[in-house]
Amino acid sequence: MFLWIRRAYQAVFLLFFLFLIFATTSLYIRGYDVQWFLELDPLVALTTALSSHVLHHTLVWSLPLIVLTLVFGRFFCSWMCPMGVLHHVLGHLGRKRKVLERMKQNVPRPSHKIKYAILAVMLGLAAAGSVQIGLLDPIASTWRGLSVSLLPAASNTAYGLYQGERHFQWGTFITIVFFGALALNFVYPRFYCRVLCPLGAFLGLLSKFSLFRISKDLSRCNDCDVCGADCQGAADPQGTVRATECMVCLNCTKGCKRGGIAYRFLPALKLTKVETDLSRRKWITAGVAGVAAVPVMRASDGVDPRPNPARIRPPGALDEPDFLAKCLKCDACMKVCPTGGLQPALYEAGLEGFWSPILIPRIGYCEHSCTLCGQVCPTGAITHLKVADKVGDMPARPPVRIGSAFFDKGRCLPWGYGTECIVCEEVCPTSPKAIYFKLETITARDGKQKTLKFPYVDLDHCTGCGICETRCPVVDRAGVRVSAANESRSPKSSISLSGGKI
Amino acid sequence: MSEKEGSGLVPESRLRDSGKPAPGDDSRGELASSARHEPSREAERSEGKGRVGGGASGMGTLPGFPSEIDRRVLLRVGVTAAIATGAVALGLGLRARDGQSKKKTLPKIKDHRVDKVAGAVELAIVRGPDAAANVRRAVEAVGGMGRFVKRGERVVIKPNIGWNRLPEQAANTNPDVVAEVVRLVAAAGAGKIWVTDVSVNTAEQCFARSGIEKAAKAAGATVVRPDATAFREVDVSGKLLKTGDVLFPFVDADRVINVPVVKQHGLSGATMAMKNWYGVLGGQRVKLHQDIHLSIVDLAAMVKPTLTIMDATRILLANGPTGGSLADVKQMDTIAVSTDEVALDAFGAGLLGLSPADIGFIVEGMKAGLGTMQWRNLKTEELG
Repeated sequence: MFLWIRRAYQAVFLLFFLFLIFATTSLYIRGYDVQWFLELDPLVALTTALSSHVLHHTLVWSLPLIVLTLVFGRFFCSWMCPMGVLHHVLGHLGRKRKVLERMKQNVPRPSHKIKYAILAVMLGLAAAGSVQIGLLDPIASTWRGLSVSLLPAASNTAYGLYQGERHFQWGTFITIVFFGALALNFVYPRFYCRVLCPLGAFLGLLSKFSLFRISKDLSRCNDCDVCGADCQGAADPQGTVRATECMVCLNCTKGCKRGGIAYRFLPALKLTKVETDLSRRKWITAGVAGVAAVPVMRASDGVDPRPNPARIRPPGALDEPDFLAKCLKCDACMKVCPTGGLQPALYEAGLEGFWSPILIPRIGYCEHSCTLCGQVCPTGAITHLKVADKVGDMPARPPVRIGSAFFDKGRCLPWGYGTECIVCEEVCPTSPKAIYFKLETITARDGKQKTLKFPYVDLDHCTGCGICETRCPVVDRAGVRVSAANESRSPKSSISLSGGKI
Repeated sequence: MSEKEGSGLVPESRLRDSGKPAPGDDSRGELASSARHEPSREAERSEGKGRVGGGASGMGTLPGFPSEIDRRVLLRVGVTAAIATGAVALGLGLRARDGQSKKKTLPKIKDHRVDKVAGAVELAIVRGPDAAANVRRAVEAVGGMGRFVKRGERVVIKPNIGWNRLPEQAANTNPDVVAEVVRLVAAAGAGKIWVTDVSVNTAEQCFARSGIEKAAKAAGATVVRPDATAFREVDVSGKLLKTGDVLFPFVDADRVINVPVVKQHGLSGATMAMKNWYGVLGGQRVKLHQDIHLSIVDLAAMVKPTLTIMDATRILLANGPTGGSLADVKQMDTIAVSTDEVALDAFGAGLLGLSPADIGFIVEGMKAGLGTMQWRNLKTEELG
């Protein structure tokens, strides 16, 4: 009976998660808190608080989960986690037929302590100012795996009926990583959860203190070991149950006909094992490695010294070091971006910024009065701007700039070929328009005089939204292109002196 | 249970395994193994024959019946022949010298105009504080909606929903005007009413923030957003534009009503009625900027609307067609209605302080016979 209750919870939470992802479009989002699962994630709260020294207000949702875990153990993994449900189902497909073989699949292995080392590295990285938890966190991974690869593929196949035509650079790679993680269930069930998942590791640590635990009644146990046949966490229920590994799936209680194993309030301490297999020395080494990795990464790519012109961050993004201290790479901003221009970075933001959002204006521009990316950001890496603040009111209040447009006069039709065009001026959303034109007379090849409109950029008004680059009729590399220069999030990026900062 | 069955299978599978060539064996191994299998197959066959032949042995078959071997041969030859025939037929069917799939004939957009009525008002200009009332009075002045839309006809209404702007920014047609047109068309007994446009900004946001989607739906129209399934390729046969992808209502509808807004436009000077036809096109329409005036005339000649209801409730004087600042907007509280788009554009140009003779597409449109820029020569009724 308890198993059916658990399955019902799993189904409800998975469907709820899928609904929230589905609703993350400009058409359906309304006021839904679509990031509820990430806000619930205590590891997100912990790492971003470590790195940025503030707890983003929505992340207080993680506090009840911490309390619940301290009471009930690592139940999240097999009751709530959406990726956990997928692992559970696939693990069921990947499990062996015979009870004896299943018991062998679910024994504790030395590799199961790797997740604690991963957790230590992640915490070390966060302490040094770089949040990388989203690369392996199950909720961020599921967000990314579905929203940047699977859903766009489905939508494009269905003539873009769901969210229009969507393309994400190297989205296939994200698909391979996500479905690869799921496919590991065919090595043995819950491979990812047991070996890699840092959230599982963190909740496992909290479970050391849990009040309710699975424990054996030795007087009733006849050592048949059937309790271990479907143990999700490989928590060794046959032996001394490992509180850190137990996912409270309750499968062990079903197997036992004698009532020899049960979920109990405050069982005798000697009946459960609370130590992780990772030695203290390895914990410390992994944490130090994480801390040390940050200056190494920054010595390689740098955050400020030589920014990549393609590192165009979403409007409202914090200055780069603060941004990297908060961005999870969950890619929800990319999912909600109405033009599809927000893309997972590959090399543009350094190794540290891998899969973090950048705008690729050739794919899609930043909609002038849209602030949805900030609305869905679970950690505040992108500030939720008010439309009036984003648009600004020149000259009194400057707009939020994410970059600037520059003409490539060899590729621009009027400049390069003496052809009328100025689509860029037409679509420029600022008022007055940042792209303006002057009538100039040129002598054409045949010697005739020709007067046409030549476009120019006014940097003070350009927000770097990129619609000029998106709409430029010169296919592939546009005749007008946006780079991150003059973005307003960092005074170091400013070009013009008009801001008063150098 | 299954374990028992499984254990029953063990000897057989072992037998099979032993027949397999060991890794590294050469083809002789395979030969050897098949040879080893031969006797058992023979045994199977003789068993089968035993059943078919009703106990006959040795030669095995009844006279006149094909033996099982013959049947098998026939079947295999038949299957192979069928696959071969199919492959050849498919290949011949798909062959094309130029690498293109077969050409299809494209539909043309039909002429949506209604017959002229002698003595009828050709241009109505109404001024007043209530935009919807202005629409009603102006349409009444040119003969009422019943003159243009008959019971059961399918009608597409084309406002300008190009930009992610609020109504007061005057970058899109006023939603009250669109809603009133929908109501008039519905009252005339239309069988189907579409409201649609191909936005420049993100369509769902333009449709929402312009207020048009909500207003049109409330008035009873079907709002068609320009997603990928909404387009049909048509034959334009214009001077510049030969084919194009247009929103399906413009192919399917019996009547077309243009409901443009009056705005300044950097490249073409102004965007009003004729320029509004850019919004039926999908694809890379930005290329049309290279010869904007002729392409506007091509599009206007393609659509041939039934009626044009020009919204000059608020007009955009600068930074068009996007606008954004309320400082660029002028409240005019005017609606102008005519079947002559060129005349309306000439009238609208005046509102923007422009001379119609300076605007290329107005001059070219008149040359192409789409109407007259001498709007004052039309039978005009001005109410205010």
